[in-house]
Amino acid sequence: MADTIELVPDASDPETYFLNMGPQHPSTHGVLRIRLHLEGERILSADPIIGYGHRAHEKMAENRDYLQFLPNSSRIDYLSGMIYNLAYCQAIEHALELEVPERAQIIRIICGELNRISSHLLWLGTFVLDLGGFTPFLYAFDDREKILDILDSITGSRLTYCYGRFGGVTMDVDDVFLRRTADFCDYFKTRLNEYHELVTDNVIYQHRTRNVGVISTELIQDYALSGPVLRAAGVAQDVRKDEPYGGYERFDFDVPVGDRGGDCFDRHTVRMEEMVQSMRIIEQALACIPDGPIMAPKVPKRIRPRAGDYYFAVESARGHFGIFITSDGSDVPVRNKLRTPSFVNVSTMPVVLPGTMLADTVAVLGSIDIVVPEIDR
Amino acid sequence: MMDFPQIFGGHWPAVLAATVAIMGFITVNALALIWLERKVSARIQRRYGPTEVGPFGLLQTLMDVVKLVGKELITPDHVHKTLYLIAPVLVFAPLMALLSLIPIDEGWLFHDYDIALVLLLAFSSLNIIGIFAAGWGSNNKYALLGAVRAVAQNISYEIPLLLAVIPIVIMTRSLSLYEIASAQASYPFILVQPLAAIIYFIAGTAETNRAPFDIPEAESELVAGFHTEYSGMRFGVFFLAEFTHMVIICSVATILFLGGWNGPVLPGWLWFFLKVYSLILVMMWFRWTFPRLRFDQLMSLAWMILVPLALVNLLATTVLIKLL
Repeated sequence: MADTIELVPDASDPETYFLNMGPQHPSTHGVLRIRLHLEGERILSADPIIGYGHRAHEKMAENRDYLQFLPNSSRIDYLSGMIYNLAYCQAIEHALELEVPERAQIIRIICGELNRISSHLLWLGTFVLDLGGFTPFLYAFDDREKILDILDSITGSRLTYCYGRFGGVTMDVDDVFLRRTADFCDYFKTRLNEYHELVTDNVIYQHRTRNVGVISTELIQDYALSGPVLRAAGVAQDVRKDEPYGGYERFDFDVPVGDRGGDCFDRHTVRMEEMVQSMRIIEQALACIPDGPIMAPKVPKRIRPRAGDYYFAVESARGHFGIFITSDGSDVPVRNKLRTPSFVNVSTMPVVLPGTMLADTVAVLGSIDIVVPEIDR
Repeated sequence: MMDFPQIFGGHWPAVLAATVAIMGFITVNALALIWLERKVSARIQRRYGPTEVGPFGLLQTLMDVVKLVGKELITPDHVHKTLYLIAPVLVFAPLMALLSLIPIDEGWLFHDYDIALVLLLAFSSLNIIGIFAAGWGSNNKYALLGAVRAVAQNISYEIPLLLAVIPIVIMTRSLSLYEIASAQASYPFILVQPLAAIIYFIAGTAETNRAPFDIPEAESELVAGFHTEYSGMRFGVFFLAEFTHMVIICSVATILFLGGWNGPVLPGWLWFFLKVYSLILVMMWFRWTFPRLRFDQLMSLAWMILVPLALVNLLATTVLIKLL
């Protein structure tokens, strides 16, 4: 649309004005730009303009073979890179019909859930920071750091992991890793109570989030939203539960849902509860991790899925992340479409934001937990 | 034309000395408070805070001031020059006048005005003109929004502030800060006016534009609010003004409700500063614990809760005074 990049506001109405939030703005979590049409503090229309951080992941996938794209995968969403990295591995395994050894599956689940907790922690910190509370931000980063240390000890990286391989994982975990993970779970339970005392029970926080940015079930159906935003509206949908992949079917966990109709506070409670559920999964996984190989015995030297279309979806920290691969039987995919949840979630902003206050923009944007490189892929 | 010595009725050496003393206090106090704020926030957030420059990082703020002073003063092309340049002065000047009104100990004040309290409330509303000049003169949407919010907020909170002060005036039958503090020799007024004290402190925190009422400079929405376009020492002056304003609000709270310099054992001025800085610590504690209120919530807090409560309190006080 040509008018979305129009910089000069409509001068015919002197009572209203345009405000560019972004691309450089402290609370757009990256280079997202939202053009707001305001009347005083009230928003008349909101127009998210994306593309400032475009890195052409999809196009890059069409120019290199499957293994060469693997390091890209965790850079799609740098906050839950492990989940995206493992998702890509699982998509290729799905295309190749590779069986992954049980030990590797459990390791993947532990790492993925740890990464999910770290992503939600970062969300909590930055969200409260957006609302003006500075202290929870540092608490959350402190705890996130502990998870990064644990993942660092087996993967060698702290943010953009490349831990998965087609058919398994690169490194085996040792007892130290398992013990540290178990210790972290024990420690984090007490910390979660502190977060509830400091953030969830705070009157100002509740005033700022309750009945703000309601994303209703109708809107969710129209836009195909997923993840915590969807569950906050009361729909118990989770790819891990509905179409279990990679061994999730053997674990017992709940899908938390919101009970207030999908406002910002619902999204908060859902994410807080998801951290508890992730810990439940980790603890069960630590108890049942078997011995055995961490790589499938027969992984082909050259990755050449048979010609056809393959789709594989996982539940990332932000929602339904799908990889659609069209193969012509060669080394290089014809098309590698990434279905990323943040892109879908941010596309509801023109509907959700009008009518709210300027300060709510920050709250709503923060509560849907966007990661800009995941929008611009 | 008047000779310079004739200005201030011939008391100009005293006035000059007082000005220098106040400027010195403002600077040293701001340096100390910024250091304290960093250390307090660090302790609350499980960090160390500044440790490198000087013992316990005491000289860190001084180094920052040196940096601010050394920075080039940038005046953007699109600003309204006069307003832009005069705004920091407008924000800062009333605070100096305010400080000169405050009695620190028995006999420790520049002049005992009969109407010190009125002067105080009048001068403290003046600095909003500077804030608005900064926001309007910056010719920037974020700055303007911040300035509009600041004006609305300060005007709204002036009313509960005033209503919380009036019961004290009725009780002491005086507008002199010195007499009000002296009247609390036996007990501080917070014991008889707890509601007024709380309302005053909430409204006072809002007057200083500090969290959770830092809506005019809400960094996640408005980048830096009214001082978005300011840098270098011009920004430093706004910063200085904020910390001085904190001291004034807390000093007045000490005089009106906590008994000023009255206290056992310790000398009066020590009691006074002890009380003032304890209140400032409470303000810092607020800032590092609470998220920010939304603009409309801030307004409804002032008009729907604080003003009615203050009115009820005022009415109760007058009735009780009449009956007793």
